[in-house]
Amino acid sequence: MKTRYGMAVDTVRCVGCNACVIACKTENALPDGGFRDWIVTETGGTFPSLWMQIRSERCNHCTHPGCVDACPTGASHVNEGGVVAVTHAKCTGCKACIAACPYDARYVHPAGFVDKCTFCLHRVRKALEPACVDVCPTRTLTFGNLADPESRVSRLKASRRFKVLQPGRGYEPNVFFLEA
Amino acid sequence: MSQLTRRRFIQIGGAAAAGAAAVSGLATKWWGLDANRVDDPGTDGDKVVASFCELCFWNCGVLAHVKDGKVTKLVGSPDHPLSRGMLCPRGAGATGMIYDPDRLKKPLVRTSKRGDDVFEEVSWDAALDKVAEGLLKVRERHGPEAVALFTHGFGGSWFKHFMKVWGSPNVGAPSYAQCRGPREAGYQLTYGAGLGSPEPIDIENARVITLIGSHLGENMHNTQVQELADAVGKGAQLVVVDPRYSVAAGKARHWLPIKPGTDIALLLAWMNVMFEEGLYDAAYLARWATGVEELKAHVASKTPEWAWPITGIRPELIRESARLVASARPASLVHPGRHTTWYGDDTQRARAMAILAAMLGSWGHRGGYLATGKFPLAGYPVPKAPEQPARPKADRPKAGGYPVADEVIASGLCDATTPGHALYDLKAWIVYGTNLIQAMPDTKKTIAAIQNLDLMVAIDILPMEICGWADVVLPECTYLERDDDLAAPPYKRPFVALRQAAVEPMYDSKPGWWIAKELGNRVGLGAWFPWKDAREYLDTRLAASKIDAAEIRKKGVVLGPRIATCVEEGAAPPISLPGGKIALFSEELKGLGFDPLPSYYPQEEGPPGMMRLLTGRAPTETFGRTTNNRLLAQPYPENEVWVNAEVARSLPVPVKNGDWVLLVNQDGARAGPVRAKVTERIRGDCVYLVHGWGHTAKGLRYARGRGASDSDLVTRYKVDPIMGGTGMNVNFVRIEPAENAA
Repeated sequence: MKTRYGMAVDTVRCVGCNACVIACKTENALPDGGFRDWIVTETGGTFPSLWMQIRSERCNHCTHPGCVDACPTGASHVNEGGVVAVTHAKCTGCKACIAACPYDARYVHPAGFVDKCTFCLHRVRKALEPACVDVCPTRTLTFGNLADPESRVSRLKASRRFKVLQPGRGYEPNVFFLEA
Repeated sequence: MSQLTRRRFIQIGGAAAAGAAAVSGLATKWWGLDANRVDDPGTDGDKVVASFCELCFWNCGVLAHVKDGKVTKLVGSPDHPLSRGMLCPRGAGATGMIYDPDRLKKPLVRTSKRGDDVFEEVSWDAALDKVAEGLLKVRERHGPEAVALFTHGFGGSWFKHFMKVWGSPNVGAPSYAQCRGPREAGYQLTYGAGLGSPEPIDIENARVITLIGSHLGENMHNTQVQELADAVGKGAQLVVVDPRYSVAAGKARHWLPIKPGTDIALLLAWMNVMFEEGLYDAAYLARWATGVEELKAHVASKTPEWAWPITGIRPELIRESARLVASARPASLVHPGRHTTWYGDDTQRARAMAILAAMLGSWGHRGGYLATGKFPLAGYPVPKAPEQPARPKADRPKAGGYPVADEVIASGLCDATTPGHALYDLKAWIVYGTNLIQAMPDTKKTIAAIQNLDLMVAIDILPMEICGWADVVLPECTYLERDDDLAAPPYKRPFVALRQAAVEPMYDSKPGWWIAKELGNRVGLGAWFPWKDAREYLDTRLAASKIDAAEIRKKGVVLGPRIATCVEEGAAPPISLPGGKIALFSEELKGLGFDPLPSYYPQEEGPPGMMRLLTGRAPTETFGRTTNNRLLAQPYPENEVWVNAEVARSLPVPVKNGDWVLLVNQDGARAGPVRAKVTERIRGDCVYLVHGWGHTAKGLRYARGRGASDSDLVTRYKVDPIMGGTGMNVNFVRIEPAENAA
């Protein structure tokens, strides 16, 4: 069976604590100011009738990634399981991918290349969860193979109401935000 | 590979162009020809050390990855019951603490007047000799009890032991009278025991969870937040009472945006509804409680209509939320909160919450409050403490005292340092791991008290404000560089955890056990520090406690046998008052001249145009202790002042989201500049700051001057007459523009 990695982010559980952000930074030895994941708090309404959604966001590892199409050197590519990645050695830091990504999922590493979430493929290959999933105290994040209908992530997607970010763009994100 | 520079990249490209590739058929190192890859960042340790965390006082189990002698990352220990394999951001961010470039690196001795923050670096021998000499002088002139210890954090155990054998009962922590003390007293009066830490509550099995001003989720107690998410994930409902739309409020079935300072009125109205509508657990109260009739009569007139103008909460919402809270009983958890020093009547509010828990029958039931157990541990054999006459605690002011306090009042120790305030004057302070300048209300008073001391010693890992007022500063190493005593707090699953050094101490910093032992040796108490080092101390205790040392060193934790924690498991509700009954009506309080049942008294209103200052926590911070951590600062670089959007628009100088402002309190004290968070998520009669920012210590090169210090604005406080807690939500601020700040 083909593998298609994806993630479900349960906004009902998430408290926006940033543990995922810190764990990502230490696992991947990210530079100061560089983030592969981040917290978005969306609030609406007027006092006292309010609603709020907290999301742990990262690259959506789109099925049709515009960033890969935009890359002139082939550094941005689709790796195993559909993971959108950047081969650092091939990247010139031209930022075409950054302009192409509507999710602001990439940043320029001080060493000159563009960097982004890899779903911790180096861990996944060792049958470990991505660092953000592993640390999360609220078990908000579920990573797995969307091509396998029996995987936890597929079952969550099948049983829960969810949304993807900016669905109209046609990129087909593979990160799903579960809602109440 | 991840550190590849552009220059290096071009060099590699050049080398590849010279033809290295085709021969081997491996990487060409050239665009388009080279295989695409995702590299391993290489942060896995070549060894992994199990320990427990000290970024906050929750003490979760961690696994420290160590590579080439450096800690690369921390992950949650899967075996430790407080972490269960997961960490909060602070725990995961400990590398930002150990590798903080601003750490205290060598012992320091003051060379200018107190508070100038001018020191010279000295040897450990010179520093410890000076401390010992000062302590002995104080003992000679004023007796051993004239030395006080302020301590926060697990490593303080070595210094508590020092104080015990030295002969002073004056050991205090701001975590009592400036934090959870009123709650301890309130539950003690009702059930005969305080709650301690971690709290004995069963969040994961609760079906309704009620938070009274507690902002769990922002207040990041790992295990509790894990259980909260599990409960909510299973469909538990939240009722959140908070002037601010907290993270928890955002997940709540009912958010009650209460007027600050009126929680007791709401709690009484809830009780009224539960009695009126027969929603309470009458059988449970009949079996386990005294004072039911008195309570019923007491709340008979406290209708939702009575509470409405006081709290600002509509009667229908009070009724609806009371019904929801009662519907899940006994698995309806009224969370006891943690930081509870708000208005000076806090013990009575905690009493009201404890009484409500009893009405729900949740004390002792699954989904409520649990019985806990402690892993039995043997001590290290030491000689009996030296014969000392019984020494009174100095924190009791001459005029009276706080009859229900069961811990020493840190603010009382501060008072006792000002001559003539207490039974006797304190003359020396040892301050371990607590930044009293930010932790205590009324900073000026703390500083004035320090001026009366003959000796002031600070033991810390960072040059906090309090270090600037010390005579001698002793640099402790971080928890990742030291062994400490065993941890075995009461918990629903008894356990014992081990702290062990992952790496050697950096700079000239030393572990607490070593500092305490060296001090003991120098003041003639060496016989009470007989261990060779912490390792030998731990091995002796582990052997005497029949704990497999190899196992605990590998896993960092050993679990005790399961215990019955609730009625459903065969345990009786843990009530330790005489007669085994819950005191709804408190004869003890009546005898002391206090209200035997909690009543609502109006709080003083602020001056016109001013808003009440409320404070809280951010999940990435532990007070001011973590604000210099540059790793944690990346997602949360500084605090903001929360201002209601409508209020912000109607200020004399309207404030927009992100504007820099100054806060000025009723006494003219100022804080900031700080950015305004203009939001619908807070009432208009209050503003909100996360505590711990606005540092002034020059050695905190990241945190200094970032954000606003709420402590600077707490120039007033209201003392809880029952237990001495300092209610700090009694200050008011106005907002001024700070055009020139940037």
